[in-house]
Amino acid sequence: MESFSQFFAVYGSLVNFIGINALLALSLYVTLSAGQLSLGNAAFAGIGAYASGILTMRFNVPYTISIAAGACLSAMIALLIGMPVLRIRGIFLAMATLAFGEVVRIAAVNMDITGGAQGLVGIPCKTTTYTIYGVLAATTYFLARLGGSKIGWSLASIREDETAAMVMGINTTYYKTLAFVLGAFIAGIAGAIYAHLNFIVTPGEFGFSAAVQLLIYNIVGGRQSIYGPILGAFILTALPEALRGVGVTAGPLRLGVNGVILLLVILYLPNGLISFFSKVSAWTGRRSGGAFRGEV
Amino acid sequence: MFLRFDEISRSFGGLSALSKVSFCVEAGTIHGLIGPNGSGKTTLINVVSGLTRPDSGRLLLDGRAIHRLPAYRIAALGVARTFQNIRLFSSMTCLENVIAGQHLRAGLAIFPRLLCLRSAALEERQSWADAMGCLSRAGIENRAKVCAGSLSYGERRRLEIARALALNPRLLLLDEPIAGMRQREIAEMESLFRSLVETGVTILLIEHNMPFIMRLCSMITVLHFGQTLTTGTPQEVAGHPEVIEAYLGVQG
Repeated sequence: MESFSQFFAVYGSLVNFIGINALLALSLYVTLSAGQLSLGNAAFAGIGAYASGILTMRFNVPYTISIAAGACLSAMIALLIGMPVLRIRGIFLAMATLAFGEVVRIAAVNMDITGGAQGLVGIPCKTTTYTIYGVLAATTYFLARLGGSKIGWSLASIREDETAAMVMGINTTYYKTLAFVLGAFIAGIAGAIYAHLNFIVTPGEFGFSAAVQLLIYNIVGGRQSIYGPILGAFILTALPEALRGVGVTAGPLRLGVNGVILLLVILYLPNGLISFFSKVSAWTGRRSGGAFRGEV
Repeated sequence: MFLRFDEISRSFGGLSALSKVSFCVEAGTIHGLIGPNGSGKTTLINVVSGLTRPDSGRLLLDGRAIHRLPAYRIAALGVARTFQNIRLFSSMTCLENVIAGQHLRAGLAIFPRLLCLRSAALEERQSWADAMGCLSRAGIENRAKVCAGSLSYGERRRLEIARALALNPRLLLLDEPIAGMRQREIAEMESLFRSLVETGVTILLIEHNMPFIMRLCSMITVLHFGQTLTTGTPQEVAGHPEVIEAYLGVQG
């Protein structure tokens, strides 16, 4: 027990960030499971973070309610953007959400209520490790059960072949929007929890590189199963600490290692690191979660 | 009249794919649609299933105009189809393909599943059993656990038919359903289509295999350069001089 608390004293914040990054990775997984590539999930996390932070600081709103409000605001904005953009097929969602992310970042820099470029400082630290992992567990369970549901099958069908999905009676625009909004909602929760963990949120944290990072979690971990993005987030968040152990400190070398891992996974394990485990489960003859997968 | 085409026209740029196509399909029959390549057969099927909107004209299903409805609404009226260039969900198994095809019928609501209610498990078992039923009607139940991407060409066509059956269709649109099949498979498909018609399904069928069309269809419509040459029984169509000319050219 003592060794555990010692471990936690040293690595507590790492454990917390793994949980938040896993949640963010899952938010993108939902969108990917409908075959839609969104680069806006970091921005949705930002909206959740700022909205809940402002609510707590300025209006003394209780923690739980401010988190829910942040997530709902993200989801509503996603609905507004998704409705026009998701009618079009192809890469347009990626382009539109990329631009949207920049709009959010620039808005956060220039508005007074968000604290400008300095960011929002002094958010009360109310998030605990239990909160993070409780939310992560609930989200994982929800998405796992979503797998075999009507919604899950519809998203999988759209990902596989949108035209065939349409003639099967699936309202593709509705389900694509649903996936996008659900992804934004989860991202909003993650952002809001993060804001109450970190004391400060700044505009730069939710920019383009953060959006791409979420995609990398999904690719490295694997999009065949819901546990892939979680694994990817775990490995890539813990990696810098592991590298510090062998003497690689912050700087270009660390980013280089990230890049090499990404390349190796794409070349040799196109289904991600989780495919090790799915091979094992194929041997034992079990498939999980139906066809609900985050592959594009 | 079950399905009525009323002067349907559609052009792509300067190319007129369909011009004033008019004919009727009677309920509970197999209606053939033939014509040389590029005569607009697939475009016509796309119009019926809602993937292509006609520029002008009306399309009536049971007296209801459907030519402005989106594809998913038309599917909800009981119209299912297969594609000439097979569109399966290739990373899913055969069984999963058919379960996905049950969209309009399946409950599989999320809340009972979240609470792990008994009804959710029962529903899941039911949809599994229904899907197996569709697979066995199409004669590929032995491939249920196989990934759709690794099926043979003929099996893929059967799986696509099985998935279309999952919708419990009233009208089934088949775009070259027996292309690439062997004789024995063709005979099986023939008896499948006949049994479907006996249960009240109407079939609109595109096919280039003339003996098959002649045996199976009660009526045939011939398209040529986007226009209806004629609609009639197989005997009438086979003896029609313009049809012979369209297929074989003029004797010079």
